[in-house]
Amino acid sequence: MNWIALRMLTGNLGKYLGIIAGVAFAALLIAQQSSIFCGLMLLTSNQIGDIQGADIWVMDPNVRFVDDVKPLSDTQLYRVRGVEGVQWAVRLYKGLSRARLRDGNFQQVILLGLDDATLVGAPPQMVLGSVAALRQPDAVIIDEAGYELLWPGEPLRLGRVIEMNDRRAVIVGICKASKTFQTFPIIYTLYSQAVTFAPPERKVLSFVLAQPQPGIPAEELCRRIEANTGLKALTNEQFRWATMMYYLKNTGIPVNFGVTVLLGFIVGAAISGQTFYLFTVENLAQYAMLKAMGTTNLRLVAMILLQALLVGTIGYGIGIGLAATFGAFAQGNTKLAFYMPWQVLVGTGIAVVLMVVGASLLSIRRVLVLEPAVVFRSG
Amino acid sequence: MSAKLVGPSESFLVTPARKPPAIQCRGLTKEFGTGAARVRALRGVDLDVMGGELTLLVGPSGCGKTTLLSVMAGILNASGGTLHVFGEDMTAMSDSAKVRFRAENIGFIFQQFNLLPTLTAAENAMVPLLIAGMPRRAALAKAKAMLDAVGLGDRVSHMPWQLSGGQQQRVAIARALVHEPRLLVCDEPTSALDAHTGHAVMELLRNTALEQDRVVLVVTHDARVMEFGDRIAHMEDGYITKIETRDGVVAAQPPAGGHGSLAPKQPPAPTASPPRG
Repeated sequence: MNWIALRMLTGNLGKYLGIIAGVAFAALLIAQQSSIFCGLMLLTSNQIGDIQGADIWVMDPNVRFVDDVKPLSDTQLYRVRGVEGVQWAVRLYKGLSRARLRDGNFQQVILLGLDDATLVGAPPQMVLGSVAALRQPDAVIIDEAGYELLWPGEPLRLGRVIEMNDRRAVIVGICKASKTFQTFPIIYTLYSQAVTFAPPERKVLSFVLAQPQPGIPAEELCRRIEANTGLKALTNEQFRWATMMYYLKNTGIPVNFGVTVLLGFIVGAAISGQTFYLFTVENLAQYAMLKAMGTTNLRLVAMILLQALLVGTIGYGIGIGLAATFGAFAQGNTKLAFYMPWQVLVGTGIAVVLMVVGASLLSIRRVLVLEPAVVFRSG
Repeated sequence: MSAKLVGPSESFLVTPARKPPAIQCRGLTKEFGTGAARVRALRGVDLDVMGGELTLLVGPSGCGKTTLLSVMAGILNASGGTLHVFGEDMTAMSDSAKVRFRAENIGFIFQQFNLLPTLTAAENAMVPLLIAGMPRRAALAKAKAMLDAVGLGDRVSHMPWQLSGGQQQRVAIARALVHEPRLLVCDEPTSALDAHTGHAVMELLRNTALEQDRVVLVVTHDARVMEFGDRIAHMEDGYITKIETRDGVVAAQPPAGGHGSLAPKQPPAPTASPPRG
């Protein structure tokens, strides 16, 4: 009987493709918009992931997200180092500066000052040059996208000079770095250099990066640091989520994307649901005939659910495939934020299941109340 | 058709000397709707149907013959009276048991053939076997053999739209017979066919009944097929008003004036017996 259900569905090619198109469209819209949303959320916290080497970020208690820098006094570094369980702790400068190019043009940049001794937080992947070159006088490393923004169309080349806060900076390395929400070029330098590139302030320490001793969980050490210093301490993952939650709560991003995803669901459900329902209604005489011939209601329900499952699966596959293709294209050719984690796949799948099950429930109701006697003309 | 009168005591029901009826209706009623919208489609039908016979249900539109067919086939529940089909009390049977009963015992033939348009002739013919749970490969082989038996052995792979009306009805007959049901229920099987094809279809049905001791019930108003009936039940306004049989027995059970109750049976009146096909 399952075979009959599939033949009934695929035999009407127009309707069959129509239902699949509806589901695919909905899946595409939901997956694509959700992936762009996820991509944007990742942008907000990418820098946390890029600054590697330490498990714990220590900051002012009022800091809400990674770009919300509230400088600490340098003594805080020593207080953190004094907490039991801290293997080591280093300084990190993070701020905005203005780079002046040779042609007189200015560009806002994200300035990261790494601990002079250890270079903790240095970029993990270099395109040109080396991290060790940061120890040269006035040395900075710039991210590849930032380089292309400052010198569009020009080949990557070391030795270029920019000015920050009227001080000369020489590019000694070009690295890979994740895109940021602000899209500014990222400049890595030593902490001691960074404070000279930045506008003068009384307090300049942005964050303390700390590492727990072996055997001590990062979460436990965070609690100890908070208890002993009164500062806020978060693991990388906690800081990422805190940053993303800040943007979720304080910007219109989730609402905008949520509305689009909802619209995709509604439009897709309407198209596929209506087409599937009409398909069933058009086949009511056939269902009545099968009922009269001894097919149980349970079997008919299974047949309809199977039809729904088939169009749902194919539509889902096409929709996800198109969304992934779009994502691959967008990431290769545009600056569009796109990230499709497995949660998007699962979420879209659930949405599609709800869609086709909802559509099939309407159809099932019509078939269940169907009187098999309608196969006979009135007499 | 020669006529023979039967009185109330004789009844038009089964002659005692013969085998017991395959289908036995007593005081069968069927109502639709409630209150002012209530329609009494069957008002107390008494009817016996024998195995190995082709029984015709005839009458004007709206007289209740299709309703009676549906009740006897177990796809409508009777509102009152009793109905035994092959000894099973259909009025006491649960809906799920009726579904099983239909799948195992009844073959259906419809006025508009009701073939699944996306299946080939052979695939259509095997549907009852699939409903019964037979594996597809075995079902297909049996369906092809059945199509061969109804003269469509060279059309097994044709889609319904590639077949003529007569061929489609023969596919429907193959589908109705493929699971070897004991009862064949046919609703206007010839009305969509020309005279020649209709005649051939009725011959096929008649032979099916005679050769395999099946019960064949046919609703029709096609006067051309009367000659095939072993038993002809005339219906009017929810009653069976007259039964004609080949052995000349004629029975009558008309309503007396008002609706809603069976009147005493009329005195026997001479009528002709149906001609042999």
